[in-house]
Amino acid sequence: MNTDTAGSPEAKGPDELPDIEDSDVEKAAQETPRGLPLRVLNLEKRFGGITAVDGVSFEVEEGSLTGLIGPNGAGKSTTFNCITGVHEADGGRVLFKGDDITGRKPYEIADRGLVRTFQIARELEEMTVLENLMLAPRGQIGEKLYRSVTPGLRGEVIEQETEIREEVWETLEFFEIDHLAEEYAGNLSGGQRKLLELARALMVDPDVLLLDEPFAGVNPSLEAKLLEQIHTLREEGYTFLLVEHDIDLIMENCEHIIVMHQGKLLAEGPPEEIRNNDRVIDAYLGEDI
Amino acid sequence: MSVGQRLWRAVPSSIKEDDKRLIIALLAGTYLLYAVSQVYLALMNNADVFPAVANSLQNLTFLIAVYAIMALALNLHWGYTGLFNIGIAGFMAVGVYSMSILAAPPGGSPPGFGLPVPIALIGALVITAIVGGIAALPALQLEADYLAIVTVGLSEIIRLVLNADYFSGTVTDPQSNSYNVVNLFGFKFGTGGGQGINTPTSSPASYLYGPSGDPNAIGELAYGIGVSLGVNNSVVNGFTYGMFLLLFVVTAYYVLLVRIGNSPFGRVLKAIREDELVAQSLGKDTRWVKIKVFMVGCALMGLGGILWQGSFGFVNPNTFRPIVTFYIFTALIVGGSGSNTGSVVGGAVFAAFLFEGPRQLARVVEAAMGGLLITVSGPGASLPSPNNFYVAFSTLDPLGWLGYTIGNISSLRFILLGVVLVYMMQNRSEGLLGHRKEIAASVDLSERKGNVAPTDGGETNE
Amino acid sequence: MEIAERYSAGKRVLVEHPAVALLGAVLLYLLSDLILKTANVSIAPWGVHLIGGQLPVSNLGRFVLDGLIVGLVVGLAGVGLSMTYGILNFANFAHGDYITTGAFAGWLTAYIIGFLTLPVDPPFGDIFLFAESSLVSVVNAPVAIVLGLVASGLGTVGVVLLLDRWVYRPMRDKGGIPLLIASIGVALALRYAIVFVFGTSASGVTSTSDIPQFEIPLGDGRIPLDLHEITLIVAAIALMFGVHFLLQRTKLGKAMRAMADNKDLAQVTGIPTERIIRATWIIGGGLAGVAGFLIVLERGVISFNMGWRLLLLIFAGVILGGIGSVYGAMAGGIIIGIASRVSLVWIPSDFARVAAFTVMILVLLYRPEGLFGGVKTA
Repeated sequence: MNTDTAGSPEAKGPDELPDIEDSDVEKAAQETPRGLPLRVLNLEKRFGGITAVDGVSFEVEEGSLTGLIGPNGAGKSTTFNCITGVHEADGGRVLFKGDDITGRKPYEIADRGLVRTFQIARELEEMTVLENLMLAPRGQIGEKLYRSVTPGLRGEVIEQETEIREEVWETLEFFEIDHLAEEYAGNLSGGQRKLLELARALMVDPDVLLLDEPFAGVNPSLEAKLLEQIHTLREEGYTFLLVEHDIDLIMENCEHIIVMHQGKLLAEGPPEEIRNNDRVIDAYLGEDI
Repeated sequence: MSVGQRLWRAVPSSIKEDDKRLIIALLAGTYLLYAVSQVYLALMNNADVFPAVANSLQNLTFLIAVYAIMALALNLHWGYTGLFNIGIAGFMAVGVYSMSILAAPPGGSPPGFGLPVPIALIGALVITAIVGGIAALPALQLEADYLAIVTVGLSEIIRLVLNADYFSGTVTDPQSNSYNVVNLFGFKFGTGGGQGINTPTSSPASYLYGPSGDPNAIGELAYGIGVSLGVNNSVVNGFTYGMFLLLFVVTAYYVLLVRIGNSPFGRVLKAIREDELVAQSLGKDTRWVKIKVFMVGCALMGLGGILWQGSFGFVNPNTFRPIVTFYIFTALIVGGSGSNTGSVVGGAVFAAFLFEGPRQLARVVEAAMGGLLITVSGPGASLPSPNNFYVAFSTLDPLGWLGYTIGNISSLRFILLGVVLVYMMQNRSEGLLGHRKEIAASVDLSERKGNVAPTDGGETNE
Repeated sequence: MEIAERYSAGKRVLVEHPAVALLGAVLLYLLSDLILKTANVSIAPWGVHLIGGQLPVSNLGRFVLDGLIVGLVVGLAGVGLSMTYGILNFANFAHGDYITTGAFAGWLTAYIIGFLTLPVDPPFGDIFLFAESSLVSVVNAPVAIVLGLVASGLGTVGVVLLLDRWVYRPMRDKGGIPLLIASIGVALALRYAIVFVFGTSASGVTSTSDIPQFEIPLGDGRIPLDLHEITLIVAAIALMFGVHFLLQRTKLGKAMRAMADNKDLAQVTGIPTERIIRATWIIGGGLAGVAGFLIVLERGVISFNMGWRLLLLIFAGVILGGIGSVYGAMAGGIIIGIASRVSLVWIPSDFARVAAFTVMILVLLYRPEGLFGGVKTA
């Protein structure tokens, strides 16, 4: 694995973190091999006196299904939120496709093709499933107000809408929720919401998908279905970073695993390596897994 | 099942399912009710029936139209985007005052820019949009209830500034100590201060009919028809303007807002209302969208203000107290926020039954009681009208109580408004029409190429 | 080292919050201008007036005193608004009309007592409708004033509890916006119920002819102060201390503070939510009512929209002090009151309220946690 710049996180305390200069980022960006769309360098986030994320570095390989695991409170979701711009990181850098996206707004990050889902599915409840999916695609010309309103310019908008509609129905069929198309998202069950959320994220046509506990609250049969779909999508070329606290699920499905513990990176590597890592076993001792 | 639900069930489904028919049926029913009650009033008061009905209906038309216009404009902010803007009165004021100042003659008191009315109107819309854009900045970071306080504060700031003597432009002699003309890059103007300001016209119908003393051919014709029906020129003018507002302006607002709503842009608005972070996580620059929607909505409110308060020939800052905002909010909430059809229905129901209704009812009750008393106690008998609460209620005379209540119907109307607001919030926050699926897309989403669409689209939930 | 740190902190504010920095600079300028003006110093190099001027200290004193009087009322009324915001999570637009309710309940009582005890003989109808003007004062009917004060509090508490039962309690699980809209409905209904009984015209109610005037010497002049103003100041400060005692020393107060901090946690730890909410309404409503009574005592005039007109000013005070904080509401109210009067040094009186509302908006934008920063005291 590529761990050249990341270093060993626990070797350095937070005080000794090297200042990352712009030149470093540029260098890192130049050195970023094409196969690493997402790189996190020394990420740090504090809430009041608590350091939730403490100098975490890792990479996500193109076309991979990478898992981010750790016990509750390990800082997984905070890491996610820092990567996607929901929280502002207190230190470190996030590189996406070679560009520095640290401190960018969520919409800028999503617009570059790094799209996330939420731990607790956040549906646009009083919008139908169709509307939810229609919202997602990037580059919709009709999102410019004058294009949608001016009589002469609407033709192109309608043309694009028709195309998007086709994609939406295909996606709905892929996830087998086309029978719910006209339903308000708020009326969906928990599992259906998870499907909708993934379908919606997919409609953005992202390069990398960050899934925050996509299986939480999902029944086993739906879980299997979701996993199957994730694998299918991966074969089509999508890259996934998966946050989960269910270690077995990650072990079985991901080829690369990042383990966080108490805000720090504990271990990184393929499943068999992680399985035999003493520190990981220690961290999970007493945890019901 | 409540009475309301029974009534609603009695409405034929062909009307319920078609927005245009629903609005037309509602308007027709309302007009009929007013016409009948007005005929009764005219007969009781020995007045000419037709002019009385015409006058009542022209007033009703105007009110329905302006409240529908304002509710539609507000629906863009509150119904679609979830922006809790309770500064509507302020934006109306900006519109009306901008137009009046731009159109006022430079030599007048207060002086203005002397622009032709159409240019002044466009200028006013641009100014209102800019003010709206500035007002949008707080909306970028504040939660809904904080935004409410900011916008109502802003609307009061606008009113107080317009009310201040400092910018009034009423003392145009530069030598005077109380000289208060605003001088902006050599352009001199004033707001009129607490005295108010003249708007370009007191009779918008004259743009069609020519000046009232010397009408053009169309005017001659319209006034001629009026005379033959016993209706005077001012009622003809009022009716013409009301119908213009209802048929053209309300329709234009409706079409525009449906277009905005049923588009990719409208989808983003809805997403902001539901969950702004989700919209952002899907790559939507919600901040820019909010600024745009604030600008457009405020311009529409400004135009509404111009067509409404700007049509009387004169306006003063106290016209734009926050109560006006609450009227409009009530109209939208009653109709159903989020729905454009609901906005129009709300405007009509508010104007006809909450705003004008109690007064009309009081007139009818007064006339009926008067008639009854004459039959019972002979000619000359009438309902007592005590001049204060103490007198009315200490006499222990139920007729006195009734008389006082009828005489003070305008304050009871506010109490009714308050009760309706509370009731709606407790029991029916989705408004009269309930949740309607007005799908935000430029195309019919249930339709697909090559595939048969599901057939149950567009049905109201529940 | 320390200086360098401060310098860098200042620099950070300047870069990250230019608006805050600008506001700070403006405030600093105004403060130095005020000091120079009272010292009668004017700095105008090359004929351009930069700063300073003339302002007799006694004028400034009167501005501050007027502001304090308004501020105490705003602060007292703000306590309830802030508490309901903190505990019930909504901006109560009916709070201004609670003030009006208290004023009418209190002054009706005072008038009836005055009618019974004073050597006057108007028809009772004139008493009931305040048509007999300028009847009572602290001097000619102290009992009427005291009982009126008590009645203003009790009457408002009664109305407020009824309204909670009818309007707000069925809506406990609804969000802040439906509650806010309902409170607008309550405001309208309450205000116009008062109009239905008492009418829309303002009535003068206090007798000022026989009350003693004092003059506090300050600088080169004197600040006039009458007994009604003193009564207001004393009563308001006493009530504020009462609230302080209640919050700090009683179990109820501690429970209220806990609930304002974290409602869910408070519920889990077994604090009886409904009882706390009732106590909130009782304290907040009572103080609002008393504030209404006191402001009428000072101004001498009662009218149906007096509370509504104060409402935005009260919001400004509450926001300045930090929403949910009781002490913040008191302090914020006093600051808003004084600032709105002292601002008359620079701006025409037409703009005093404009300035107060502008400050409110700026605070919401740049320091939504209030001047005293995020710490919820109750």
